[in-house]
Amino acid sequence: MSHQVLDARNLLCPLPVIRAQDRVKQLQPGDVLEVRCTDPGALNDIPAWCRINGHDVLQAGEQAEEVVVTLRVGES
Amino acid sequence: MSEPNQCQARAVALISGGLDSMLAARVISDQGIHVEGLNFFTGFCVEGHTHAIRNRDRKRAKRNNALWVAEQLGIKLHIIDVIEEYKEVVINPKHGYGANMNPCLDCKSFMVRKAREWMTAHDFDFIITGEVVGQRPMSQRRSTFPVVQRESGAGDLLLRPLCAKRQPPTLPERQGWVDREALFDFNGRSRRPQIALAATLGIEEYAQPAGGCCFLTDSAYSRKLRDLWQSRGDKHYELDDIMLLKVGRHIRPRPHFKLIIARDSGETHYLQGYRRRFNHLTMTSHSGPLTLLEGEVTAADVELAARIAARFGQGRDAERVVFDAVVDGLTSGLSVQPLAPENVQPEWYL
Repeated sequence: MSHQVLDARNLLCPLPVIRAQDRVKQLQPGDVLEVRCTDPGALNDIPAWCRINGHDVLQAGEQAEEVVVTLRVGES
Repeated sequence: MSEPNQCQARAVALISGGLDSMLAARVISDQGIHVEGLNFFTGFCVEGHTHAIRNRDRKRAKRNNALWVAEQLGIKLHIIDVIEEYKEVVINPKHGYGANMNPCLDCKSFMVRKAREWMTAHDFDFIITGEVVGQRPMSQRRSTFPVVQRESGAGDLLLRPLCAKRQPPTLPERQGWVDREALFDFNGRSRRPQIALAATLGIEEYAQPAGGCCFLTDSAYSRKLRDLWQSRGDKHYELDDIMLLKVGRHIRPRPHFKLIIARDSGETHYLQGYRRRFNHLTMTSHSGPLTLLEGEVTAADVELAARIAARFGQGRDAERVVFDAVVDGLTSGLSVQPLAPENVQPEWYL
């Protein structure tokens, strides 16, 4: 299982979701992806994208001026 | 009933985040068909960007409506970056522009074509959209429906559930994958049928009733895009160009350069991300917005820009306002007298 970090800072919605989506396609089920963003909308959008596409959100919150969402890639 | 490629028919739905595409996907999903959504990011989408920038928008719910709709419907959504491919649609639309810089008919054909490509690549059976005949003056007319089918290559694999009964039966209907009798015959600009259908289906919350999802339909935005192309002498753009047209006051006092002045601290914060790529002015003697300068500038241009920018800070009535001016990577102090209000020409505002 890998743990990767995706830098989606300075991108505005929906680009952080698109970048996360594209990276997840390259990962295996069970892999963990940490997405770092500056667009506050990502705090809602990436978890919503995870819910509808079958990925687990392990953590979502704000750290300093960044939004960090950590997800585990699902089976689908 | 004929069988599609799989045991269960599979449809790909264009999801804008508005009510019509939500209803279309729901109606087909309710027939037991597997539906997944596609949402295309062109760079001109109103969705998203603006929430993250201005102070006044920070209190608004920060949700992507297409994702929200997909979650309400319980379907997957694939958001696809088409920024590069979409340039040809905006720059050279075969069918021209609408009231502003909106190439709606070419846009629709492009999106349905992209959906067809996705459908083929992912082994889906047909495409659905929330179009209603007569709803829009350019892209949703009886005469343009066949144009979209032809130019997208989708042909009769394109089903518009909300007005299907006003169209010839499509392949999914003829094959019996979809029950045509359970589709609709909506027509015209009235929103009442869609709102009534939403109520029938128990859909109580939805985004804007129709449209409003593209900056190219906005007259102020379109004016700034035309100005951008005119100032450069040709029609091209990069993503940063079209993002910056959404931010700040744009003032062009001379043909060869313009100012982009943040309207609040949120926009200043956003524009700070562009400081390394643009000459810029930071007000140091008073509280005031960050100003980017786009175009080649002389010392006289920088001074004029600073005098204009001084109008938009706390020092607008002061004798002098001081800036840090960063030009070609070199920082220097610049003290100017704010331009008198009557000398800021109305035609400079884009």
